[in-house]
Amino acid sequence: MSKSFAVLTNGIIKENPTFVMLLGMCPTLGVTSSSQNGLGMGLATLFVLAMSNVVISLLKSQIPDAVRIPAFIVVIATFVTVVDMLMEAFIPGLYAQLGIFIPLIVVNCIILGRAEAFASKNGVWPSFLDGIGMGVGFTTALTILGSVREILGNGSIFNYHFLPDTANTFIIFILPPGAFIALAYLTVLFNKYVK
Amino acid sequence: MSKRASTLVNMLLTLVVITLISGFLLGYVNQITLAPKAKVAAERKIQALQAVLPPFDNDLMRDVVKFKSPDSADSIEIYKATQKGVIQGYAMMGTSEKGFSGTVKTMIGFKPDGSINNIVVLEQKETPGLGTKMKEAKFIKQFLGKNPATFNLKVKKDGGQVDALTGATISTRAFSETVQSSFELLKNQTEGFKNK
Repeated sequence: MSKSFAVLTNGIIKENPTFVMLLGMCPTLGVTSSSQNGLGMGLATLFVLAMSNVVISLLKSQIPDAVRIPAFIVVIATFVTVVDMLMEAFIPGLYAQLGIFIPLIVVNCIILGRAEAFASKNGVWPSFLDGIGMGVGFTTALTILGSVREILGNGSIFNYHFLPDTANTFIIFILPPGAFIALAYLTVLFNKYVK
Repeated sequence: MSKRASTLVNMLLTLVVITLISGFLLGYVNQITLAPKAKVAAERKIQALQAVLPPFDNDLMRDVVKFKSPDSADSIEIYKATQKGVIQGYAMMGTSEKGFSGTVKTMIGFKPDGSINNIVVLEQKETPGLGTKMKEAKFIKQFLGKNPATFNLKVKKDGGQVDALTGATISTRAFSETVQSSFELLKNQTEGFKNK
């Protein structure tokens, strides 16, 4: 039990994919212009991460070492595309919110990273927990980053405006350079105080 | 369980099997989701049409004029809304490629005299927090009831009458363009709004 717990929390703090391992920077910087986007991308990734970890863990003994990376990528890409199509067809409400993020998940190196570093060496249950833990860590990081950028750049959080319309905000924070600035400061703070 | 050895045959077989399975799976899922996806898209279109048109009682999907335009790959569709046979307005999709990051698509409803009844943004990839504000009623309000024949749809910076979104003049231009081009097309089709 304690070992499972350690696997689960590992991804949230000690090896937080965003703030500690600095993995998956492309979606991190790209989609976190608002807290809602950060949360959405995080949740979509969490789901795919847990599922792909399970599938990879099941297949690991069948895949020869030399071709494991292409095999993992095909498995993950197939999985993501299936999720994308099913979601668009059967849960259009959620798809309208998360749809744009799903195809981006294929290229998220956290997924491949965990498949390679964890799921290909561990059993199904620990791999599932690792996927959940990493997913929660990623979601938390993206939501915090998105919130900071939205608060500073737009004067709102989760689309709730707390400043009057006429207030001047730091628009740079919702533009691409703001992503780098906010991410850098958050990474410093996280590594100094949380880790 | 021991790993399979990385022999040529093993590697080939593994990849062939995995790609075959994934190919068939994708094909299958694509097949079963085609119909529901098309249904969702159609519903979304009807919702947009209802939002931009005055009340009507005809079947829009039947009273639609489709024609090819030299400027666009897709055929253009003009929906005609009537109530008890009296024309209430027209709706059509406006597209602009001049958005800040890609295509801007809107659904625009016109009254029979050519003035704007309502506009809904269908698709945009503008900067979140800046250009995306084109979806908000606060921005769209300035177009409602205006007739593009007399209302200059250019942004104020370009000598027109449209208040641009803060920090998103390009997005505003694209939005205006969708309205302007739709208006021109509709004007041609209805011969200057005389053809009922």
